Amino acid sequence: MSGPLLQVSDLSAGIEGAELLHHIDLTIREGETHVLMGPNGAGKSTLGNTLMGNPAYHVTGGRIFFGGEDITELGADKRAAMGMFMSFQNPLEIPGLSLESFIRNAIRISTGKPLKIFQFKKQLEAAMEILQMDASYVERDLNVGFSGGEKKKAEILQLLMLDPKLAILDETDSGLDVDAVRTVSRGIEEYQKERGGALLVITHSTRILDSLHVDRTHVLVKGRIAETGGAELVDEINRGGFERFTEE
Amino acid sequence: MTQIKDIDRSLYDFKDDESDFYRLQEGLTEETVRRISGEKHDPAWMLEHRLRSLELYNKIPVPDWGPSIDGLDMDHISSYVRANTDMKGTWEEVPEDIRNTFEKLGIPQAERRSLAGVGAQYDSELVYHNVREEVAQQGVVYTDMESALTGEYADMVREHFMKLVPPSDHKFAALHGAVWSGGSFVYVPKNVKVEIPLQSYFRLNAKGAGQFEHTLIIVDEGADLHFIEGCSAPKYNVANLHAGCVELYVSKGARLRYSTIENWSKNMYNLNTKRAVVEEDARMEWVSGSFGSHVSYLYPTTILKGDRSYCEFTGITFAGNGQNLDTGAKMIHIGKDTSSYINSKSVSKDGGISTYRSSIQIAKSAKGSKSTVDCASLMLDDISRSDTIPAMDIRTMDADVGHEAKIGRISDEAVFYLMSRGIDEAQARAMIVSGFADSVSKELPLEYAAEMNNLIRLEMENT
Ligand SMILES: Nc1ncnc2c1ncn2[C@@H]1O[C@H](COP(=O)(O)OP(=O)(O)OP(=O)(O)O)[C@@H](O)[C@H]1O
Ligand SMILES: [Mg+2]
Repeated sequence: MSGPLLQVSDLSAGIEGAELLHHIDLTIREGETHVLMGPNGAGKSTLGNTLMGNPAYHVTGGRIFFGGEDITELGADKRAAMGMFMSFQNPLEIPGLSLESFIRNAIRISTGKPLKIFQFKKQLEAAMEILQMDASYVERDLNVGFSGGEKKKAEILQLLMLDPKLAILDETDSGLDVDAVRTVSRGIEEYQKERGGALLVITHSTRILDSLHVDRTHVLVKGRIAETGGAELVDEINRGGFERFTEE
Repeated sequence: MTQIKDIDRSLYDFKDDESDFYRLQEGLTEETVRRISGEKHDPAWMLEHRLRSLELYNKIPVPDWGPSIDGLDMDHISSYVRANTDMKGTWEEVPEDIRNTFEKLGIPQAERRSLAGVGAQYDSELVYHNVREEVAQQGVVYTDMESALTGEYADMVREHFMKLVPPSDHKFAALHGAVWSGGSFVYVPKNVKVEIPLQSYFRLNAKGAGQFEHTLIIVDEGADLHFIEGCSAPKYNVANLHAGCVELYVSKGARLRYSTIENWSKNMYNLNTKRAVVEEDARMEWVSGSFGSHVSYLYPTTILKGDRSYCEFTGITFAGNGQNLDTGAKMIHIGKDTSSYINSKSVSKDGGISTYRSSIQIAKSAKGSKSTVDCASLMLDDISRSDTIPAMDIRTMDADVGHEAKIGRISDEAVFYLMSRGIDEAQARAMIVSGFADSVSKELPLEYAAEMNNLIRLEMENT
């Protein structure tokens, strides 16, 4: 593929009665890692959800292209089948649906092919090994009774199993203890480095970025991209906060 | 979740030609009842029982609570329809179209694979009954009700028939007493453990007809049985009626599990009565999936008579468009240190109404008894309704009763979460509902759990 993987042009979006994102432009090429930072309530999760196709958010202007195709009107399932993924800031609990059968069904349905069980089990084991997850997790109901950190690990487990082309990570590092950040980072690193996956990392901290190569950094303030730069922008925000960007 | 196979919509909705069937004219008169009794060669006491029941039926008013049954006109319900065959002991002998019906429903296949015996009723009469040799050798009796009336266990049958559910109980118990036909009798002798389940399947094929099968199960001391009941019918544009009756006797130290998947067509009035009495240290387990029907009244009742007897009820009710399903479970604690547990789920969709009534009675004698009720309902849209109506009557201070009810809507965020992993919306919703029903399907044997998941998916697709 020659063009960019994700191309967002002049995107405005919001909920019923309020526009939360204004004229966003964003281009992510295959294998690139972009970081999205910004103060609380700036619209980062809104952007992630809009890109992923959450029907709670309506696009009021602009287009979203993925792999050269206009996906602005597509459902989330179609976007996922094309290779998009989002690790949720607050993963939902689904009683009665085990983590394993969820992942299995997701692979089967999104690929439209029957699953090779033996191969699946092997991959699942390997991914859980990287994430240091106990084997018993796969039998538990999806996210039900999982601690905050466990939910995030389960998200990255799904990332590794579904193997998308672009993963949006919405604060995957928040609420994780020091060791867990390291473990989860290892999973993301596997995805970035071994599989060449592209990332849009939404974060408030830099710990998760330590082991990742960062191509671009965007600062989102009040629903607009206030600045775009290289990896050095992350350190700058770390030192100076968002003050510089929020001044009118 | 079990992987869901593709659903064949015609699976339950096919009808056979009934032109050469014996059919009693619609309407309910003494003449009809005498004709049924004559057809069946009832013993004298049974004819008397039928006539007494008919009298009661004419006296008892229709229930003035619960969903309306105005659409049910007994003058237009044929109470007895017999296919042109008698009961056979092998599937080969069963007439081809009827055999095909049961093959489409998967009954002979399930029998070969995983059942100890099968009874198959078609309209008013059993067309097939068989029990595995090794199970029969253990002394287990599994026959149609009619043979049981005159067979080796005739006295036992007479002693128990409609004693737990007397015809005076309510209008449709009286109706059942008058026109009952078909059903199964099971006797499991002392200390006999039946390793794999028995199953009776009731298929109502005839249009504008009633099915009134009677199931009587006696599990003797220390014995163990799992009985499975399945029901279905094709859809017609006139009312059909099902008023079956199930009486279960669980003796001292015995265990009975009674699993049901009722899947009626949406023109069915399902006014079914099920009751169990549980003796000392015995255990009763109900697993129930109620699908289909236009109107249902169904409240399996358990009398915990013996000390330390135990009962658990796990059930799900699914009400879709045009359905009003009134279901529940009733526990009556009489013995000391008895315990009961109700875990019920209800789902409503497309304007369907599901009402769950739990009733716990703890008698003064039932000291040290425990009861827990857990009800959860899931509404799939804004036009559907789900209610839980708990009732408790506790006559002793020395009892421990807990009740929890949860009513919720399917969450759009949860649907989006599953969709973001590549699952389409219909399947995402079906997975959430199957997950909700999981504590019920887990209690069913694998194949039946798969059937239930299929039914859930069929209901979910049926918008
Ligand atoms: N469904 C919604 N209903 C009402 N308000 C919403 C909704 N979703 C987002 N908002 C509002 O839109 C704004 C942006 O929210 P968003 O969650 O995108 O912020 P964020 O940048 O992800 O913040 P944080 O860093 O705290 O996660 C906030 O003011 C939020 O309250
Ligand atoms: Mg956020």
